[in-house]
Amino acid sequence: MKQEIVPIHSLEFLSKEILELTFISEYLASTAKPGQFINIRVGDNFPLLRRPFSIFNVDENRVSIVFNVIGTGTKVLARKQKGETIDVLGPCGNDFLSFVDDSFDTAVFVAGGIGVAPFRFLTKKLYNNKQIVTFLGGRHKEQIIASGLQNIKIATDDGSQGFKGTVLDLIKDDFSKNMYKRPRFFLCGPTRMMKAVSEFATGIGADCCASMECDMACGIGLCQGCNIEMNGGDKKYRLVCKEGTIFETKNLKF
Amino acid sequence: MIESFKIGDVEFKNRILVASGTFGYGDEVPDLVDISKLGGVVTKSLSMKPRDGNPNPRITETASGMLNSIGLANIGVQKYISDKLPVLKKYDTKIVANIAASSVDEYCKVLELLDAQQRVHGFEINVSCPNVKEGGLSFGTDVKLVSLITKELRQRTRKPLIIKLTPNVTHISEFARACEAEGADAVSLINTVIGMAVNIHKRTPKIATTTGGLSGPAIKPIALAKVYETVNAVKIPVIGIGGIVSWEDAVEFFIVGASMVQIGTANFINPATGITVAEGVKKYCENNGFDDVGRLVRTLQTNKTISIVDSWL
Repeated sequence: MKQEIVPIHSLEFLSKEILELTFISEYLASTAKPGQFINIRVGDNFPLLRRPFSIFNVDENRVSIVFNVIGTGTKVLARKQKGETIDVLGPCGNDFLSFVDDSFDTAVFVAGGIGVAPFRFLTKKLYNNKQIVTFLGGRHKEQIIASGLQNIKIATDDGSQGFKGTVLDLIKDDFSKNMYKRPRFFLCGPTRMMKAVSEFATGIGADCCASMECDMACGIGLCQGCNIEMNGGDKKYRLVCKEGTIFETKNLKF
Repeated sequence: MIESFKIGDVEFKNRILVASGTFGYGDEVPDLVDISKLGGVVTKSLSMKPRDGNPNPRITETASGMLNSIGLANIGVQKYISDKLPVLKKYDTKIVANIAASSVDEYCKVLELLDAQQRVHGFEINVSCPNVKEGGLSFGTDVKLVSLITKELRQRTRKPLIIKLTPNVTHISEFARACEAEGADAVSLINTVIGMAVNIHKRTPKIATTTGGLSGPAIKPIALAKVYETVNAVKIPVIGIGGIVSWEDAVEFFIVGASMVQIGTANFINPATGITVAEGVKKYCENNGFDDVGRLVRTLQTNKTISIVDSWL
């Protein structure tokens, strides 16, 4: 893990709502794994705390993140220009690859909205070894980012793209029609969605891991602010930033 | 340039410490920070038994600061001694063990266990904990209890004993005087300021415990005023804490009268803040003709006729 000041390579809209920010970092490009995050100081004095972003893509010496412009941090980030620098700390947290083994054949990716972030990078690492099916959910089509994914199935609340309804409804519908050989679920998105999909996965006897979201101050385990409650085990809480962000959902008390 | 400072028999290589609860147990950030360049590391608050801490959400950002209610989550003193202290041996810095407890008896027992450890150089006592016997009111807001804790702990250690004071009282200097009278080697201030933030969409508090401790640059002016009040009331060293993110902030505390400073919330943003602060303070002293950082301490130029605390009231 390192703290670096890195130059911005580009800032582009992927849809009307979602931006991709690419910066140059040899170190992160060579060390980061899918599902890990970087903690970015978006401004010099405002906002005070860093903001965590999942790694979206790694290409040669370039690393990118994606975000919706909704909060104070992302508003500052959206005004950055090519050539400016940002202060990044990472890679932080565990990664999805540590949840990949021989116990499954089909990787089922389920993303809600901006939760799509880690799956492009994960697809790159997995498509040679596993069958992949990707379910994307969003309120409407501007929240759907499908580039670099495989075997994509889309659900939007308003029906503006793909299936009209929730991503869980789409998964249920799809699983009633298709047989996936030994599936394992990989989730990233709103907690409520992940809880519902996790229950479905458990119901069909599939393992399920999820990248959890939580407000963080430090992102490296110093502040103990991002605790998540566990379902039994030796510790009542674990830290999302350091012991996650990815957990087996059966170990979580949602 | 003399940067070192002594409390009791312990010499700290410089006057910059990292604050309790903002640097883990000292072994979390070896990739990011050369801990040996710090004057010392104040540990997370240690209690007799491990504590899970409070439910989520525990933190929220506020204007130039953050609120927290971690709830003193820690691994317990025994595990600290068996698992963490041995790892810290390789670092050339001083370890100040911070102690939190829910009874006077617990403070004493935790301190006795740590006092036997050579690698623990001193103690900072967190008195801003709920007193179980008195219905959960903080020890730190009752001057008699702060006196009692200081007295009991003083009898049990010859290592530096620092009492960390809460700003959530009318006159912090009254508490500092009580600590001095009972033999404390120093006081550190301020702990966090009680604060609150509300989510207007859900109409709920933004942290699980409703109120929490405010820290960060937002509290620096409060901390400076409390340090100023205290250095005018006691002779023992005052360690300034509150919102320091840069060397300039630290210099302000030294000018006002702090003998040492602690870096807290800034560690969450830049874990190496303590090192850049130490370097900046040194350079400032060089540029201003001080051959010892200590010569900078309490050099505030004021109009003495109106410098009485609370004079603005």
